[in-house]
Amino acid sequence: MRPIRDVAVIAFGQTDHRRTSDDLSEVEMLMPVLHEVLDRTGLKTSDIDFTCSGSTDYLAGRAFSFTMALDGVGAWPPISESHVEMDGAWALYEAWTKLLTGDADTALVYAYGKSSPGSVRDVLTRQLDPYYVAPLWPDSVALAALQARALIDAGDTDEPALAGVASRSRASAAANSHAQLRSPVDQGDYVVRPLRTGDCPPVGDGAAAVILAAGERARELCERPAWIRGIDHRIEAHSLGVRDLTDSPSTRLAAERAGAFDRPVDTAELHAPFTSQEVVLRKALRLADDVDVNPSGGALAANPVMVAGLVRIGEAAARIHRGTSDRALAHATSGPCLQQNLVAVLEGDPR
Amino acid sequence: MSKEPVAVVGVGQTKHVAARRDVSIAGLVREAARRALADAELTWADIDAVVIGKAPDFFEGVMMPELYLADALGAVGKPMLRVHTAGSVGGSTALVATNLVAGRVHGTVLTLAYEKQSESNAMWGLSLPIPFQQPLLAGAGGFFAPHVRAYMRRTGAPDTVGSLVAYKDRRNALKNPYAHLHEHDITLEKVQASPMLWDPIRYSETCPSSDGACAMILTDRAGAARSPRPPAWLHGGAMRSEPTLFAGKDCVSPRAGKDCAADVYRQAGIADPRRDIDAVEMYVPFSWYEPMWLENLGFADEGEGWKLTESGVTELDGDLPVNMSGGVLSTNPIGASGMIRFAEAALQVRGQAGEHQVEGARRVLGHAYGGGSQFFSMWLVGAEPPSS
Repeated sequence: MRPIRDVAVIAFGQTDHRRTSDDLSEVEMLMPVLHEVLDRTGLKTSDIDFTCSGSTDYLAGRAFSFTMALDGVGAWPPISESHVEMDGAWALYEAWTKLLTGDADTALVYAYGKSSPGSVRDVLTRQLDPYYVAPLWPDSVALAALQARALIDAGDTDEPALAGVASRSRASAAANSHAQLRSPVDQGDYVVRPLRTGDCPPVGDGAAAVILAAGERARELCERPAWIRGIDHRIEAHSLGVRDLTDSPSTRLAAERAGAFDRPVDTAELHAPFTSQEVVLRKALRLADDVDVNPSGGALAANPVMVAGLVRIGEAAARIHRGTSDRALAHATSGPCLQQNLVAVLEGDPR
Repeated sequence: MSKEPVAVVGVGQTKHVAARRDVSIAGLVREAARRALADAELTWADIDAVVIGKAPDFFEGVMMPELYLADALGAVGKPMLRVHTAGSVGGSTALVATNLVAGRVHGTVLTLAYEKQSESNAMWGLSLPIPFQQPLLAGAGGFFAPHVRAYMRRTGAPDTVGSLVAYKDRRNALKNPYAHLHEHDITLEKVQASPMLWDPIRYSETCPSSDGACAMILTDRAGAARSPRPPAWLHGGAMRSEPTLFAGKDCVSPRAGKDCAADVYRQAGIADPRRDIDAVEMYVPFSWYEPMWLENLGFADEGEGWKLTESGVTELDGDLPVNMSGGVLSTNPIGASGMIRFAEAALQVRGQAGEHQVEGARRVLGHAYGGGSQFFSMWLVGAEPPSS
């Protein structure tokens, strides 16, 4: 489906993602990134028509945690603003729909997450069915390991291939100054079979921000806007028992609706925190071998929870801004074993 | 390029109660969604996307519950968004869903908001201590009571006004089969004699803790044409936010609320809200917020809101009925409370409000707020399609 209005990502900023950020509050972590995207476009807070953020109270350990971030944005005089308790990629989706209505021409989107204060493996178990599954505390690595085992059993991959995904991602991250892991990582011991340390994402803190603009406004503010040609997201059943973990029909459907299969892409930024998940996504997205997958290093190099999806869109857009991509796919995921998936297709003007 | 007109063609609520021990969270939300579908005479297959909202995840202890609720809400294979904007979330959720239709992304959208407060303890959920930050002072009442006191000082309102609002809303609730509190023996004297909780707020002037869900079906012009019952048409909708605490904040009449209302009135072509709007469902968790919001929303001049309340204007048979459903004072599943306001506004202009129907209601405002009076969301719905 072709959107009724042209909307582009015109600026992207992210923190250096780190294992801990004890010295910073969420707001302090976020502020430099907000200023970075505003400075890059020359916009002031008062020029932004709509603001939307993504975060989760469960990482912050308190209710209404996003209200403090709002203070940091500088919501005075009052602003038109909203928040999703989801990865920032979905905040971007909400902002995109707002721009489509014509009620706004520019939008600021941001996301932040600090995993360091607690055990993110334990925290994420609270996403599961609260009556039947969550009381058993199956953690995110264990669930991903189930998926990896299903893939290996199906003959879709093997452990050396997974190690290859890990080393390629971290080698790519060497060129990304924001990444948390920027050099080869030993595959290490099993965390939960068949996943080894190297197959798992680093735990870290970070924030990111994006500015969207519609039509001519995008051209005024950005030399080469990354036009959102399509964006769609789909969710699957929650219970792992009713899903084929070797496939991702929601990613395929979202990609189809976003127009990803209309023409080949040259770049794909995939939100695959585990090596095995890249195998699933590559298949669902029918990515050709010549597509540059996760040139940023992807979530295996930095996985700030609630931010990593927005970073994928930002990284894809930044490559278009720089002229190193003409048509890029960005993907974000949420929930256990790729339950919910978002796909955006970004394009630069022809050169 | 113009927006697609948006219509409400289905509304569903659960009977709100202190504890729904007979259903899971999934069972609760599904009940409201099915009633909305039945009202619209649609099936799950007719729904293109689902937008849900609720207040903090800590209230039930489920992180990002849209993941677990996907199956119960028929969302498998569809887009699903989860909105969270504190107490205003029910309204914001409806507006996010509205944009999906107005921006022509989807034709028909299910939007739903809920809270199942009996699963946990909302007071604890709000009271997690954070270093270097002011605690919320014994729950929401402790935070808002000084602002009520400031209103009384500023306007000279007599201290009887709050009890009038509570007495009115609790009587209105008796006409609403879905309302939580049905106090058949309510009297003004009983309200006035109830214990003082946070001076000047008495026990009977506060909202209950409820389990409940509210759902709406939003659709485009083509969908509205197929609606078996009269649709409610969206004439204006807006959100505004301002910081929690800062030196320039007017906690009695926040500017974000004024700006939000002004934006809605501009979109809907409302010149004089007092004259042009027939009824209001406003977010009144503590009774004194009725006169305060009457001023904030432009229905009364500054300092005059309490006079409207005192003179009976806001009664169900008054000139500007407020909270015909019984309001938040009678029913408060926190995350759903904003959407209930929006949904009740839609029921009124559709002529579907039953015993608490206001005769001839053509344009009705739904209002929600949250946080420390910092998040506002509102919509104005009408019986006629928007002209532009």
